[in-house]
Amino acid sequence: MSLAARARMNRWLMELAAVLLGALLVVWSLVPLYNMVRVALQDKEEVFSSYVIPVAPTLHSFWTVFQESYWLLAKFWGQMSNSFWIGVTVAGLTLTIGTLTSFTIGRLRIRQGWMLTNAALLTYVIPMSFLAIPFYGIMGKYGMTDNPLAVIAVEVTFATPYAIFIFRQYGASIPYELDEAARIDGASAPQIFLRIYLPLMAPALVAIGTYALLLSWNEYLYAFLLLSTDRKLTVPVGLGKFLNSDEAPWNYLMAAAIVYAIPPMVMYYAFRRRMSSGLTMGGIKG
Amino acid sequence: MAVTSTIDNPALAPTQKRSASWARLTGSDRLWALAFAMPYMAVFLAFVIYPIGYGLWLGSDPGTYRQLFSDPVYPSAVLNTLIYLLVAVNLKLFLAILLSGFFMRKGWWTKGVLLIFILPWAVPAIPSYISIHWMLNSQWGLVNNVIWTLLQTDGPPWLDNASLALGSVIYAHIWKWLPFWTIIFLAGRMAIPPELYEAGKVDGASSLDLFVHITVPLLGGLYLVCTLLSTIWALGDFNAVRFISGGGPALSTHVLATLGIRNAFEIGNPALGMATVLSALPLLIPLVILLMRQLKKGQVQL
Repeated sequence: MSLAARARMNRWLMELAAVLLGALLVVWSLVPLYNMVRVALQDKEEVFSSYVIPVAPTLHSFWTVFQESYWLLAKFWGQMSNSFWIGVTVAGLTLTIGTLTSFTIGRLRIRQGWMLTNAALLTYVIPMSFLAIPFYGIMGKYGMTDNPLAVIAVEVTFATPYAIFIFRQYGASIPYELDEAARIDGASAPQIFLRIYLPLMAPALVAIGTYALLLSWNEYLYAFLLLSTDRKLTVPVGLGKFLNSDEAPWNYLMAAAIVYAIPPMVMYYAFRRRMSSGLTMGGIKG
Repeated sequence: MAVTSTIDNPALAPTQKRSASWARLTGSDRLWALAFAMPYMAVFLAFVIYPIGYGLWLGSDPGTYRQLFSDPVYPSAVLNTLIYLLVAVNLKLFLAILLSGFFMRKGWWTKGVLLIFILPWAVPAIPSYISIHWMLNSQWGLVNNVIWTLLQTDGPPWLDNASLALGSVIYAHIWKWLPFWTIIFLAGRMAIPPELYEAGKVDGASSLDLFVHITVPLLGGLYLVCTLLSTIWALGDFNAVRFISGGGPALSTHVLATLGIRNAFEIGNPALGMATVLSALPLLIPLVILLMRQLKKGQVQL
């Protein structure tokens, strides 16, 4: 074989290997998600069968979810709205506290800024679940169990450090001369914050807002421990309750899981570019 | 987390110099700074320092630790935690750094694969874990249905055998988090100037040479930080074990994070639960110190 032919052969083999790897990755990524859709499309009897592909696919489970016509799903849309409002509140508070703190450290440049940075860093490296037991105890003392505010408080606590890091990093690219010019024109700190800092930080705000909203939407442990009334639960806790019941209607559970998973998926794909241009591509901790 | 990898090359990494004009804070600015910093200080004191103090107090009785160490579930939970951290984190990150190389390829279909590949990360953890739990059901799960359809034989009891159940938890963790770390490494690789690779190729280096002599040294710092962070996060991971194996069969697949919650809330002994969690500190603290030192070197920014 001539050298050129061998090189062509090699390139062709590399391409084939790449295609195979790509196909493998697609299958790997889709299998559990396919299973979700598969079970959601099956009826009650077929769930307990050895079919790999649904033989009589039906949207009955989704209809049940929409109508809340099963006792474990009776509060489903209320729980969706709880998840949503808790998420929006967490995002709003994280943005407010995060920008104020990063402005203090980065723009007002207080001498004690390193203490705030270290506080954020300490919070960042504590695994969230490790504080669940004392946090529950404290909220019990204050009579805050079964109160969404307790869940909001803990989620803001754990979302803020990352927000501060990103805002600090992003804010460093905004020229400090802008602040100085505004000061010469007589602007006060809050005016600089509102008129200069916040508008220029917009891409970072979008990314962190999305991050906080998703962190809250996906959070399970604290919502599970702190909330108990069915009406107040968030969706993941509601889904977890299915597993504790004796009869497990897997098709309803999977249909509800899909409905719950769609909003964050849409957000991921919608904001993907925004995030990668505003920050690094990996700007989001799931 | 965002890991922006700046490569340790003074010519490439612009040194961020502080603006020289350091204006002293005037009186009103000082007040504003205090007011602006107040919300975070309040959150930190009320929801971080106070729970930490309360937790340390809860877990301060030596008797609780005697009770904990005599619990037969405890040693297996420690072992499971170590296996989970060592195997899941390292396997995941190794695959992630290799796959990030694959996603550097040009062409439309690689981008398409990437879009599908990040799905596990975009879908919330709980639905995916519940799906994997049912997928691995030994009697009616998808995996054993496929085995039955293809081979006409019963598949293994994935969640009813201690080792297989722990393996399933590790599988779920890797499935869920592989895309995230791949994208981090992909961002790291994109920061490497392509000229380095071109120069290497001109000198006749093979792909393996390029990986060993360019990618590994330049991404080494990032890789180490990712390993430490991922280990810390996995140490606190509650959901994977809770939803894949539920700690079963027969409490054999608990990790410290889930055993702590079980001891505190199912058994109803918060002090014992806190002791379980605190017993992970000898592992957590060195990891945190290593991470801090690595971050101080400044190659990788949080």
